[in-house]
Amino acid sequence: MKKHLTFAVAFAALACGTAAYAQSDFSAQLKARQGQFRIMAINLGIIGDMAQGKSEYNAEAAQAAADTLVAVSMIQQAPMWPAGSDNMAIEGTRAQPNIWEQNDDFLAKWGDFGTAAKAIQAAAAGGVEGLGPVMGQVGGACKACHDTYRAPAN
Amino acid sequence: MRRGLGLGALGLAALAAAAFFVTGATPIDDSPLAGRASDPAKGETIFIASGCASCHAAPDAKDDAKLILAGGQRFESDFGTFIAPNISPHPDAGIGSWTLGEFASAVKKGVSPEGQHYYPAFPYGSYLHMDDQDVVDLWAYWQTLPADATPSQPHEVGFPFNIRRSVGVWKLLYLDDTWVVQTADTPELERGRYLVEALAHCGECHTPRDALGGMNRANWLGGAPNPTGRGTIPSLRPADLTWEPTEIAYYLETGFTPDFDSAGGHMVAVIENFAKLPASDRQAVAAYLKALP
Repeated sequence: MKKHLTFAVAFAALACGTAAYAQSDFSAQLKARQGQFRIMAINLGIIGDMAQGKSEYNAEAAQAAADTLVAVSMIQQAPMWPAGSDNMAIEGTRAQPNIWEQNDDFLAKWGDFGTAAKAIQAAAAGGVEGLGPVMGQVGGACKACHDTYRAPAN
Repeated sequence: MRRGLGLGALGLAALAAAAFFVTGATPIDDSPLAGRASDPAKGETIFIASGCASCHAAPDAKDDAKLILAGGQRFESDFGTFIAPNISPHPDAGIGSWTLGEFASAVKKGVSPEGQHYYPAFPYGSYLHMDDQDVVDLWAYWQTLPADATPSQPHEVGFPFNIRRSVGVWKLLYLDDTWVVQTADTPELERGRYLVEALAHCGECHTPRDALGGMNRANWLGGAPNPTGRGTIPSLRPADLTWEPTEIAYYLETGFTPDFDSAGGHMVAVIENFAKLPASDRQAVAAYLKALP
């Protein structure tokens, strides 16, 4: 009996330890949220290179990239940003604690990205001239959020 | 012995007097400014390029509210925290009662109308290159801005940096009215130099500073630790910033890097300003950076 109890306590301790580890690591959430920004960057690059004349304008490719941006904007954010996954608490992120202190504003800024993505979606197939202004709009949305909530690179 | 002591004391007093003299704050000679016509529209461009609102607007002010220069933003440094003052045209809380000459003294020499030194968190070490006509136009534009009654807050600076006279020594050591890049042999390079070295005061953050906070001009735009203590401000020298000129110009317009990451931190404000300037100005900055030795 006593032996069983010891085992049980040891198991419980182990289980708690594992849970605590999983909670402070957040590697899956970091990969997910950083991955979505990568997808954004790649697709913005397709449109931005056309806007700058670095690559030839292609309405179909621009539309596909813009549709992808809108798709990213529809990913629900909350599950990827658990409390405690900020740059003061863990390594591997530039997310500042004020994301959680001013979460409504943070999510509103994410919403602004969605608005800008829809503007790109509407303009993408309409010719290269239309890309510059909407890229400016999405650039503004990116900066507005990064200005407040992302720590500088090291 | 006693006589020696007396002489020593006399010497010290003389030294102190000399130090007092050289660390004094003398206003600018405003005679070159007198009688000039002013153009507030041109002044607006100077205002944008110089980034006045980026530091002097209220914290978190957006869009048109950025034209209200109420102050209040905090700037951390190794010497303490500086709090941007109200420089709106309010006659009491701001600088509305100043003369053009007093404004020029502040911008180009870091000297207040009361004859005090401003701390070099105010980038007069860069603005000292500003053309006289641009100062006149800037002041004319200033008169069109909204006044705000928010009182300025005192800086949070400890001893010995709270002795304003020590800034006089700093000025002697570091203020330099020669260009860092001596040759700018096309109009584009000249414009780029004026924007980078003077108005946009890029060197203030991108150039490393020595122990007393002076810019190390030998490592001009060579990158520096962020004065907030978090992260690094990148080098803009050609060996480090390998972007194409068109990519630099595009970054200054949209905030997108060549791999479509985007700007953050104080650079966001800088890009908001550059986006409002003509494309030729962004290209001029790119040309200047690419031509750095």
